[in-house]
Amino acid sequence: MLEFLQYLPEVFTPLNFLVLVLGTVGGLILGATPGLSPTMAVALLIPFTFQMEPATGLILLGAAYTATVAGGAVSAILLSIPGAPANIATTLDGNPLAKQGKATAALHYCFIASFIGGVIGVLVLIFFTPTLSDWALGFGPSHLFWVAILGVTVIGSLGSGSVIKGLFAGFVGLWVSTIGYDPVLGVERFNYSEHLGGGINIIAALVGLFAIPQVLSMLTGQQDAANVTKFAMESQSVLQSIKETLIRWKALVIGSVIGTIIGLIPGAGGQIAGLVSYDQTKKMSRNKEKFGKGEPAGVIAAESANNAMVGPSLVPLLTLSVPGSPTAAVLLGGLLIHGLFPGPALFTENGPIVWTFINSLLVGQLLMCIFGIAISRYSRFVMDIPEYYMAAGITVLAVFGTYSVQNSFSDVFVMMGLGITMFFAAKIGFSPSPVVLGIILGPIAETNFLQGQIIAEVGDGMVPYFFGGALNITLVAIVLLSIFYSVYSERKTKRKQLEALIQSHEQNTAGGQ
Amino acid sequence: MLKSLTTTLLKNRPLKLSVTALSLSVAALAPQIAAAETFPDRPVSMVVSYSPGGATDFQARIVTMLAANEKYLGQPMVILNKPGAGGKIGWDAFASKAKNNGYELAAYNVPHFIAQSIVFKTKYNINNLEPVANWGADPAVLIVGKDSPFNTLQDLLDYAKDNPAKVTFSGAGLYVGHHIAFLQLAKASGLKLTYVPHKGGTPAMKSVMGGQVKAGFNNLSDAFRNQDRVKILAVADLQRNEKFLPNVPTFKEQGLDIDDSSVNFRGIMAPKGTSPEVLDYLAKRVPTMFEDAKTLKKMDSAGSPVRVIPRDEVISMWKEREAYLKDLLADLKK
Repeated sequence: MLEFLQYLPEVFTPLNFLVLVLGTVGGLILGATPGLSPTMAVALLIPFTFQMEPATGLILLGAAYTATVAGGAVSAILLSIPGAPANIATTLDGNPLAKQGKATAALHYCFIASFIGGVIGVLVLIFFTPTLSDWALGFGPSHLFWVAILGVTVIGSLGSGSVIKGLFAGFVGLWVSTIGYDPVLGVERFNYSEHLGGGINIIAALVGLFAIPQVLSMLTGQQDAANVTKFAMESQSVLQSIKETLIRWKALVIGSVIGTIIGLIPGAGGQIAGLVSYDQTKKMSRNKEKFGKGEPAGVIAAESANNAMVGPSLVPLLTLSVPGSPTAAVLLGGLLIHGLFPGPALFTENGPIVWTFINSLLVGQLLMCIFGIAISRYSRFVMDIPEYYMAAGITVLAVFGTYSVQNSFSDVFVMMGLGITMFFAAKIGFSPSPVVLGIILGPIAETNFLQGQIIAEVGDGMVPYFFGGALNITLVAIVLLSIFYSVYSERKTKRKQLEALIQSHEQNTAGGQ
Repeated sequence: MLKSLTTTLLKNRPLKLSVTALSLSVAALAPQIAAAETFPDRPVSMVVSYSPGGATDFQARIVTMLAANEKYLGQPMVILNKPGAGGKIGWDAFASKAKNNGYELAAYNVPHFIAQSIVFKTKYNINNLEPVANWGADPAVLIVGKDSPFNTLQDLLDYAKDNPAKVTFSGAGLYVGHHIAFLQLAKASGLKLTYVPHKGGTPAMKSVMGGQVKAGFNNLSDAFRNQDRVKILAVADLQRNEKFLPNVPTFKEQGLDIDDSSVNFRGIMAPKGTSPEVLDYLAKRVPTMFEDAKTLKKMDSAGSPVRVIPRDEVISMWKEREAYLKDLLADLKK
């Protein structure tokens, strides 16, 4: 069980440790760049590992994976542009915190929560891999369909304020995700232009919906000098931040547990881990109304979840060669190139390499936290950059990042188109998060529904297939609970608001007499 | 170090300078019209129509890693991933936009691109593309889960006979090798079977291991690696694979008329109109690059079956495949 400790010193050989540090720092910077997602970063690095020893190469890939996931929070907090889909939830409270001058504190929460979530995830990988791999394998199309629907139930609560607008934006996202080729049957849909032929790439959508409206509002803000808000930066000691993070242990626990579970499920897309745990933390919190306005627990839940997902997403990968997340899928290529074939034999035949790799993930979490906190100190410089430079810089990165995903200008056009639409939609109170969530969940729900349908029709029929079995019933129950609780708490807040209104009205009339 | 890095990033002048330097160096690389005798005097690009990290991508990276060696091209080959719609996006862009000067090549997957050119409106077909050489061949194999009641192909066919359409098969999407093998099996056995398309070979394999489908077609190399989770019942090729699976019989041996039409051949191609001198040069040097001991060793350790086929044989192989697939897919539409 404690076999892994035996290989811990391997991580600290000069070369391995250097690679780990470089991978972590580079990953943080890449992750903070909009459009350069963890999946991209790992894919870009694979050719560099050709000439390395297998263990060293894997350390580089693992470090990049860990650090880019956390690095994506930097731009999410400072600019409200998530570096990767996993960081969407971080923008919701991270950016309001930054606007209140608490950017340093927000970054501290984020890296400390990432560290704690990440370590829990890797420990799950170390101790429970054999037990959990069979569990992960049990997820079929019907179960993944329900997981996606659970994600859909989160959509309503993501809109800034109005549930109806959130749901509407979510359905627009679901519709956008159907553009291109049907994932199962290969039918063309809404394919009005050759630029849409490949469907809407999620990174292009993410960058467009978040970054372009920012750029446009920075530029239009310039015309009206009174509108330019400079927010002050307060500094905060790391110890204070650690204390404030640990006080919110509930958010940490919810984030880590949900991140771990979603990471384990192959094909669910770890991208939704942050959003689901954000939503659950909000629902279980006593001061729901603070969420979306700069509640530290929101940042903590989202970031602990997306890093907790990293370790478990490797559980099905290492034992079954079934990746738990898109990034883990790319990592599979990196393993195969070095002749490391996932499966139970991996741990016996290549034990030293695999354990060194897993240990490096553990040490990498610590390094990520230390370097991340070090970088936080400089975040004020980012805030001090004049907006016109910032707007130009973000545009360059957005175009570059989007183009580089698939070397395609079509993606850049899609990114710009979605971005400009979002800029105007934001003016009437729509927010980008539900749209992106719709785009992420659409294909998962659709693919699994269609596959399930084919299997069910020649098998037991639709109802027994989608509603039968303990796992399906549990998932459906969670979905229903999530919906009912949303409705219930919505009505409760409405009633409170109404009472407050009546009360103030009464006071007013009383005062008038 | 961190501090200096941050300040470099944040001071605007150096950033502007480096951007200018970058655009200058890009301009220097801009396409020039190359004389055939100096070919190649700059890096050669190769489009891969699948995502980075997938089997086609990492094999393409391995077989081209020695291109810069003077013995081979003397120039590096750069991989450009253009994934999407099962390969259609990358190949469409390649067939319609690539310059035919030998500097813009692409990786092909047979039967995928040929089948797609028959079924869909694509900008590519075997007539506007020129093969350079083939590097690998990964046959489709029939697999069932470890706990499956089927131990032989016959068990599975007997069950399918009594339960029409009830046997579900997973595979990596429509009109790819796995699907072709499935169609061949349905045709040769005359039984009603059900195909469940997946997004790639890995999810298709997972469905078999997890028991979500009763059987599946998958790549020989991937099935070989997962033998503790799946049973391999038959190989869809002309001969057994002596190296990896000497004990698994072919469909032919088991009395079903299924040939090697579903074998996933991977190789390099150029657009039509590439000058014969450049094509000859590539056709001569690229196969020797595939056969370099270093490349073979790396391919072997990655579990990727190598089959180097020279240009003229690939030309006829493409033609045979197209004729056969037109037939098979026409049956399907009836």
